Amino acid sequence: MAPPQPATVVPDGQESATSGAGTPGTARAKLPRRRRSWVGWRFVGPFLAVFALVFLAPIVYSIYLSFFRNRLVGGNSFVGLDNYQQVLADPQFWSGVGRVSLFLVVQVPVMLFLALLVALAVDSGRLYGRNFFRLAVFLPYAVPAVVATLMWGFMYGTRFGLVGNINEALGITLPDPLSPEWVLASIGNIVTWEFIGYNMLIFYSALQVIPRSLYESAEIDGASQLRVITSIKLPALRGALMIATIFSIIGSFQLFNEPSILQKLVPNAITTDFTPNLYAYSLSFSGQQYNSSATVAIVMGVITMIVAYVVQLRGMRKDG
Amino acid sequence: MIRQRRRSVFTALAGALALVLAACGSGGSDSGTQEQLSAQDVQAALEAGGTIKVWAWEPTLKEVVTGFQQKYPKVKVELVNAGTGDKQYTALQNAIAAGSGVPDVAQVEYYALPQFALAKSMTDLKAFEADKFEGTFTPGPWTSVHAGEGIYGLPMDSGPMALFYNKEVFDKHGIQVPATWDEYVAAARKLHAADPKAYITSDTGDAGFTTSMIWQAGGKPYQVDGTNVKIDFADEGSQRFTTMWQQLISEKLVSPVNGWSDQWYQGLADGSIATLVIGAWMPANLQSGVAAGAGKWRVAPMPQWEAGGKATSENGGSGLSIPTAGANKALAYAFVKYATTEEGVKTRVDGGAFPATTAELTSQEFLNAEFPYFGGQKANEVLSQAAQNVVGGWSYLPFQVYANSVFNDTAGKAYVSGTTLSDGLKAWQESSAKYGKDQGFTVN
Repeated sequence: MAPPQPATVVPDGQESATSGAGTPGTARAKLPRRRRSWVGWRFVGPFLAVFALVFLAPIVYSIYLSFFRNRLVGGNSFVGLDNYQQVLADPQFWSGVGRVSLFLVVQVPVMLFLALLVALAVDSGRLYGRNFFRLAVFLPYAVPAVVATLMWGFMYGTRFGLVGNINEALGITLPDPLSPEWVLASIGNIVTWEFIGYNMLIFYSALQVIPRSLYESAEIDGASQLRVITSIKLPALRGALMIATIFSIIGSFQLFNEPSILQKLVPNAITTDFTPNLYAYSLSFSGQQYNSSATVAIVMGVITMIVAYVVQLRGMRKDG
Repeated sequence: MIRQRRRSVFTALAGALALVLAACGSGGSDSGTQEQLSAQDVQAALEAGGTIKVWAWEPTLKEVVTGFQQKYPKVKVELVNAGTGDKQYTALQNAIAAGSGVPDVAQVEYYALPQFALAKSMTDLKAFEADKFEGTFTPGPWTSVHAGEGIYGLPMDSGPMALFYNKEVFDKHGIQVPATWDEYVAAARKLHAADPKAYITSDTGDAGFTTSMIWQAGGKPYQVDGTNVKIDFADEGSQRFTTMWQQLISEKLVSPVNGWSDQWYQGLADGSIATLVIGAWMPANLQSGVAAGAGKWRVAPMPQWEAGGKATSENGGSGLSIPTAGANKALAYAFVKYATTEEGVKTRVDGGAFPATTAELTSQEFLNAEFPYFGGQKANEVLSQAAQNVVGGWSYLPFQVYANSVFNDTAGKAYVSGTTLSDGLKAWQESSAKYGKDQGFTVN
């Protein structure tokens, strides 16, 4: 069996764990108590089997792998928690974590703010060509990340790309978006472009369920548009904002596609440890260090869970 | 009650997991006793027939397979392109680790072979009487398929380095073909001053190129003795190279275009990349990738460190190896021999490949072939000469595949920041050494 790709597996599993945890239990509790009946299990059985195979098994296998070390010289041996010790003390790993954290702190607020702005604009009903606008903003999400990154990669080019053309036409020298100093910001720009539409849709659908009567009473009370936004729309968006934030946190920590593709264009600016996922990937695929790779994936999964959980807790406290 | 049911389901799940894990874990490699194989065994296998699977990306092998099957109608060869270079090694390593789907024959580049040999993933062909081919191949490639005492493949092609240059650009700016590296740097300055859009060559940090250049300069940064590895990029040869190349980088005389990218091919065609110092397998690539350059390009010997010298080094090149886990080794060996020492060689040379066999390299037909692409130049004379003058004593790391993958993390910094190439190589050395130690080697 080919080794699993821990890099993508762990966060996926954790995502489904958060969304699927409560529901089956509560549904079952409502059933009248009867003799031992297997009907229910037969219904969830197929799901559970697939769930076990594609979600749990890879995670368990990664954890299993993380307790071993397979070396070119000396072969495979059980090393207990050594790999964890090594990863936690690995400056390359932490430089990746630092980078995605910076990305999270800067890119996510910018993206969510813009998405919020667009959602409010579309929802205001004052926008000309609303449907076209909504579709146009959403369209980048429909472009596969690989294609989007390649497209932006060509635009960023200072020799043959759009940036190069601008430099030539205006006789200026813009900073090279693909230089080591700027490449993270450039990736942030690509990701923002890709996901504004998606987040806008989350916000927009939350705005759609606000009862119209609230707006009517606001109007009767003589509330301004700004007041309507701050007192009605924004409070109603809190849940959606929370979901969008958590998705974005997971997305940031999982950053892989964009740097991985840009790496082929600028191998010197994007190192193999640029993001934790990229690091796990190179450990596994160019270094055959499946054990370290699995460990990185697990540690990163745990960090993601903790951060997402803390954010969720804070959000819920505000709710209450 | 609900809890109990839940538990039983979890038990079932745990059982399923255990099965999955067991399946994953069972792929241990069993390197048993080395089987012997004589010429009679191979002949018998050919008569019995069968099917073998070959993983390779080299284009001329397709014709070789056709020829082989015509000669031995009972044998069927499945030629699979499992990716080029690294991609194929990853697939191969995964297949070997899993213990299933391993091909009977695999193309492996010389720099990657020690890694497979060390893990005993490839068969030592000495047991198949491969040592009798000692004189058949040129010394460079023949050394390259050795690891320790074993022979882990037969050389398929070779890449002695030469200088490919755009004569049209040189003539236009009155530049002489550089015979030494000092002249090369001077030519770079003159060209770029005359035409700011033109560069002597392109380089954004290429591990293969860098190691080949150090090789030619007489450097021996890697000393390998079994599992004892010494890495030292401070040796004289390495310094010779970094001092010279640093001038080109610092003065921005090399085009910042990645090798093998579309821009690179464009640059080779439009004259903005004027030379390539690269392996002898390049002509076929120029003909297919840079059709617009036909008639403009020429081949010259690699520039030298000392005037009047003749030293060259290998750049790329690969052999055919037989994975230990392969099913039909006798047939596999028959195919490898056919492709690298028998009729297959001619098929491949006719297809534009650069051979690793002495007979072909010295045959009049080969040497006198006129290349319309090179304006009728007998390019093989230069390339064949280069093959004879490869500096001896070079070795790659037994984990070169990984080392090359982190070249741009470390030495690549020299191309995009103030780091010097010499410091970059030092960082590369540290990064390689760390991996080596992690993998259980003794590194110093």
